Amino acid sequence: MEKEKKVLLEINHMRKSFDGLDVIRDISLSVREGEVISIIGPSGSGKSTLLRCATMLEKMEGGELIYLGEKAAWEENGKCVYAGKSKMKDIRKNFGLVFQNFNLFPHYSVMKNIIDAPVSVDGVPKKEAKERAEKLLLQLGLSDKADAYPYQLSGGQQQRVSIARALALQPKILFFDEPTSALDPELTGEVLKVIKELAKEHMTMIIVTHEMQFARELSDRIIFMEQGVIQAQGTPEEIFASDQDRVREFIGKFQS
Amino acid sequence: MSTVTMLMQLGKGMISTAEIFFLTLLFSLPLGLVIAFGRMSKRGLVRGISKFYISIMRGTPLMLQLLVVYFAPYYLFGLNLRGYRFPAIILAFSINYAAYFAEIYRGGIESMAIGQYEAAKVLGYNRAQTFFKIILPQVIKRILPAITNETITLVKDTSLAFVLAQAEMFTMAKQIAAKDTSMVPLMVAGLFYYIFNLVVAFVMERIEKAMNYYR
Ligand SMILES: Nc1ncnc2c1ncn2[C@@H]1O[C@H](COP(=O)(O)OP(=O)(O)O)[C@@H](O)[C@H]1O
Ligand SMILES: [Mg+2]
Repeated sequence: MEKEKKVLLEINHMRKSFDGLDVIRDISLSVREGEVISIIGPSGSGKSTLLRCATMLEKMEGGELIYLGEKAAWEENGKCVYAGKSKMKDIRKNFGLVFQNFNLFPHYSVMKNIIDAPVSVDGVPKKEAKERAEKLLLQLGLSDKADAYPYQLSGGQQQRVSIARALALQPKILFFDEPTSALDPELTGEVLKVIKELAKEHMTMIIVTHEMQFARELSDRIIFMEQGVIQAQGTPEEIFASDQDRVREFIGKFQS
Repeated sequence: MSTVTMLMQLGKGMISTAEIFFLTLLFSLPLGLVIAFGRMSKRGLVRGISKFYISIMRGTPLMLQLLVVYFAPYYLFGLNLRGYRFPAIILAFSINYAAYFAEIYRGGIESMAIGQYEAAKVLGYNRAQTFFKIILPQVIKRILPAITNETITLVKDTSLAFVLAQAEMFTMAKQIAAKDTSMVPLMVAGLFYYIFNLVVAFVMERIEKAMNYYR
């Protein structure tokens, strides 16, 4: 049998609330190298919050967050504490995040959007960063857009640039929060295609999405979230054949 | 007084006016940013002090502030400072304009989408890099029209330095007008201010255009 793949991310008993509302209630999850996980669930179920806590944009209130065996956050005397600044900087290098609304830097060209973080955060020589960026642009079908500014691009192109920007830092895990939700329907395809290609290259990805067919084709595992907990998880076959009413009802809404 | 002499004297006054203008911008633009940070500080005390400072600076006449800054060392500490007049003028103008600029910066900074900060954070930028590379350039573009307004007001406000008998253009014009019992020097000074502001408006427009390479 194939050797078990390395665990890249481990979330243990994550908890998070906003103004007394429990948004994440005891979620545990581990992600192995090369895995593609889709997270589905109704709006307001805490999917974004889960990603935001995992990427440390939001502070958890309890639980543990471990990247490649390194603890980023853990509990001490009932409180959640985070690793120190310099360790945190190293831990952050492990992941990238693609936002629903891209969040490109409008005052930077496409090229600069992609190379600036590698150069000024990681100290990659500019020439090398540029070569890396050119490869990525070619791969994502954006070679002719290197000198364009974000406002000159379609939403689909902008989202592909933001994927390139995240990949330029060579993360081990890439998170996506509804990467196609802000796009016109005719533009979702080009972004989904890019993500599929990354999956073929065994990029480890955690994708919050409402694209059921896409999740089904692509994922090794689908997680169904509701009211801050994982209600069901399994292979696409298992989830799509689930006998849980809530899962069937939710998936049913998208299949008409 | 001959026209040439008058123009020479007004020209000298103009140099002093320009000095006040440029030095005030030089000091008040960065100082305004510092005060804006204070105004947005997480510490309530710092926030309170900054807010109070801004309200005093905006709520009292600049002319009064000029007098206070100039006479305070003497009345408070019995100090008779030589050559303090010009520094006092620059100081008073700078701390006054910094308050207005602070509010402009604050408006600009607070109008930035949180997503820019979050993208920078996930990409690993530290706080200083995030502010100076990502946020500030976009803020400057947004606040440029408001800065232009203040700058044009400053050109005209420099004439308030007459209360400290600084030999800037307005003071000179007033003196010559009184001596010659003529309106002409005042009209010429007015023309000079107007031309100064045309130049300011032109330069600011160029800067705004230069920043139009993105939206
Ligand atoms: N910053 C916040 N402040 C207050 N409430 C929030 C915040 N972010 C999310 N919430 C609330 O948490 C719940 C889960 O939100 P979210 O994680 O965005 O859900 P999803 O991404 O599944 O739609 C919602 O009720 C939402 O209103
Ligand atoms: Mg969401």
